[in-house]
Amino acid sequence: MYFRHMTDTSPLWPARPASEVTRRQFLKLTTLAGSGLTLGALLPGCGSGPSSSGAAAGPAAPLTMTFLRIDPDNTVTVISKHLEAGQGVWTGLPAIVAEELDASWDQMRVESAPAKVPVYGNFAFDPKGSVQGTGGSSSVANSWDQLRHAGATARAMLVQAAAAQWKVPAGEITVSDGVVSHPGSSKKATFGELAGSAAKLWVPTDVKLKDPSQFKLIGRENLPRLDSRAKSTGKQQFAIDVMLPGMMTAVVMRPPRFGGKVASFDATKTKAVDGVVDVVQIPRGVAVVAQDMWSAKKGREALQVTWDESGAEKRGTEQLMKEYKHLARQSQAVNVAKVGDADAGLKHAARVIDAEFEFPYLAHAPMEPLTAVCHLSPEKCEIWAGCQFHTVDQMNAAAAVGLKPEQVVINTLAAGGTFGRRANPESDYISEVASIAKATGAKYPVRLIWTREDDITGGRYRPLNYHHITAGVGRDGKLVGYRQRVVGQSLVAGTPFAAMIKNGVDPTAVEGNAAEEYDLDNVHVTWTQPKVGVPVLWWRSVGHTHMAFSKEVIIDELAQAAGQDPVAFRLALLQKHPRHVAALKLAAEKAGWNKPFPKEKGRGRGVAVHQSFGTVVAQVAEVTVAGDKITVDRVVCAVECGIAVTPDVIRAQMQSGIGYGLSAALRGKITLTDGHVDQTNFHQYEVLRINEMPRVIEVYTVPSTSPPSGVGEPGTPPIAPAVANAVRAATGIKLRKLPFDLAAARSAKA
Amino acid sequence: MPIRLTVNNQLHELVVDPDMPLLWAIRDHLQFTGTKFGCGMALCGACTVHIDGQATRSCVTPVSAVEGKSVTTIEGLATSAGKAVQDAWVNLDVPQCGYCQSGQIMSASALLASNAKPTDADIDAAMAGNICRCATYVRIRSAIHKAAESLAISPPAKS
Repeated sequence: MYFRHMTDTSPLWPARPASEVTRRQFLKLTTLAGSGLTLGALLPGCGSGPSSSGAAAGPAAPLTMTFLRIDPDNTVTVISKHLEAGQGVWTGLPAIVAEELDASWDQMRVESAPAKVPVYGNFAFDPKGSVQGTGGSSSVANSWDQLRHAGATARAMLVQAAAAQWKVPAGEITVSDGVVSHPGSSKKATFGELAGSAAKLWVPTDVKLKDPSQFKLIGRENLPRLDSRAKSTGKQQFAIDVMLPGMMTAVVMRPPRFGGKVASFDATKTKAVDGVVDVVQIPRGVAVVAQDMWSAKKGREALQVTWDESGAEKRGTEQLMKEYKHLARQSQAVNVAKVGDADAGLKHAARVIDAEFEFPYLAHAPMEPLTAVCHLSPEKCEIWAGCQFHTVDQMNAAAAVGLKPEQVVINTLAAGGTFGRRANPESDYISEVASIAKATGAKYPVRLIWTREDDITGGRYRPLNYHHITAGVGRDGKLVGYRQRVVGQSLVAGTPFAAMIKNGVDPTAVEGNAAEEYDLDNVHVTWTQPKVGVPVLWWRSVGHTHMAFSKEVIIDELAQAAGQDPVAFRLALLQKHPRHVAALKLAAEKAGWNKPFPKEKGRGRGVAVHQSFGTVVAQVAEVTVAGDKITVDRVVCAVECGIAVTPDVIRAQMQSGIGYGLSAALRGKITLTDGHVDQTNFHQYEVLRINEMPRVIEVYTVPSTSPPSGVGEPGTPPIAPAVANAVRAATGIKLRKLPFDLAAARSAKA
Repeated sequence: MPIRLTVNNQLHELVVDPDMPLLWAIRDHLQFTGTKFGCGMALCGACTVHIDGQATRSCVTPVSAVEGKSVTTIEGLATSAGKAVQDAWVNLDVPQCGYCQSGQIMSASALLASNAKPTDADIDAAMAGNICRCATYVRIRSAIHKAAESLAISPPAKS
């Protein structure tokens, strides 16, 4: 069973001449991109010539465009510039195309785009689309216009082809459910039958998009995912499943402390292990290459490496947290948000809450450990991986092997989860596999697999964070001042993404703060960036993971201090945030918030609302506390994400975001002792299992006609504070340190 | 000495380290890649296969221990419970990233083979060894109930 995408002529690669961007098209693209116009439908051709270059295009030829291909077998294949990592883009993106194309859902297929910018760039990252990548819950939002135009353009070309063939006016032709018809003459044709003739036509540039009231597929309940069958039969191929002829498998021994380096190594015993073929040093450690994974692992166990730890991080997390608390009291913090005068406002407070919050490092721990395959030859480097930063990965691989980026071919496969882990500026695992291919002289294709231990101890965590909040309400119950000090590492400092830092503030460290989310008269948020050698990274919902927690817990405590209902208290502070209001009201209504919650021992409910990545999510959690155990019985979730493109995927993403956030709230924790990570695998880095998943999760979408925003991450931030607020309602115990430890919080209260 | 084992009803002879976990033997040497590596310590269930019908973590099972036994992977799953589980998985769109789902389906079909009508608590107990980081757990529960219902409506023909 060899990998099916071995050559450029394979189906994954729409490497047909028509999909190449000419210089003229490129200029047009960059101009359009700068003006904010969408461009997907304008390729190929851009009105500058026939869409398929060769005269060979005939009745049995495909219609190939930048974002879709219609083949003679009547399949419509959407070219996904985004990574499918579970979040459902392989369903959402085809739904947008199929809608405007009036295709039948059964004929839709999807494949990954090559790494190429700006044509496949992400315009949510920057207006020029200079990076191709998937993140920030942006896939549907930044594909919406592009793919609608792509579908409508292809539809117009099919209609034109039919009109010419049947010699009837194009205006009399209808398209429905994948069939092109002329009612007057009873003529009919499939897309596949017309693709070849359509491919010879000039590409129209003035297609009309549907009015949302005409949508048939977009918004359809239970539109089936396109990948469910392959993922229920073991047929879905991930990077770890790639098998190339003669391929070897590598594992890497990395420094035991972050920042360590190889001083020397002795591979004598490793080379004696059956199946081991090479041991090579690479920039990040020592790689053991073998005929199979088992031999590689055994070889690594026998490897002796002496480390140079002169530059290594040797502090533990307890010490770091002590230092963070000290830093929070220092004056070098930078202003994140300053409205009014928080300190002056607090002088008028009748009730003041002074609270400290602690958040641990968290590993992403996607189920497929980081894996990549590299086939290197003198002129070409081919990579197979679940790439989340396609063109960044391409550049890093190129740098590792000494080729130009355009000589690196990126094959993006479905990823077995990522949650941000595969999008890292250094492309760590891809750089490694490329380095191994280079160091072994490109003798064979090589597959690098990280073990779970490599993953859990490998860094790039959600950063450790400390928040100190002082906030108060006046005699009239109104919030008079909100002062927050945040201490936590920057995600982008020292990386190519450092340009995101503005006025000394890394927005990914402090996003979703109280000044952004509520109408507050007196608010002051500051941030201090500690110098720590533990590598950090965006983790599903990034800065919102901790900023939403402290904000929503404090707001809830303030409501209580003011003697007000937590929902009503929030609504009064959200008058300039109508989408927050809509989501919060919907969640409260569906949860029966206005009805008294049954007064049973240990039961309580709590609420939280938070906007992230353009989407607002409100959640009401109902919990039962028995002894030191928290059980989340029910979660009611309302989401305001604009037009609901694929409602069942939205539901799935809310369920997923809730489970992922709950995992962190109840279990997730990476700690370090003297610079060594304490956890190695799932017995120590505990994650949510089925027995802790709420029995009931209800998801409701706020009806909207606005363009869609993302849903991959926004379900995560509100769940932990909603549960903490529910626990406080049930027991009076304030949970301000994650993961929740009821016994510790109870004794702290006593 | 070659190790003889039956995988998906086919007899194979493997010349490998007898200590090699079954997982790597079936993935790297027999190229049944539907069975996944997740932890290597029987903590996550991604590698679950059936050995003589029993759900077993292949990542900690030495290949020598299954000599002469019958191994079924997701590729060879053909029992009525297995088919019902797979259909329910597709109908309810359980998978997200999909990486853990082979293991989930092997555990779920073994559960239904021994318990025709599991409760939520039965499901939690049988499935707690299978981690899903996408947290598809709500749908896993529903899909197992649905598969149980479909088996009850059209029970497997007695052979």
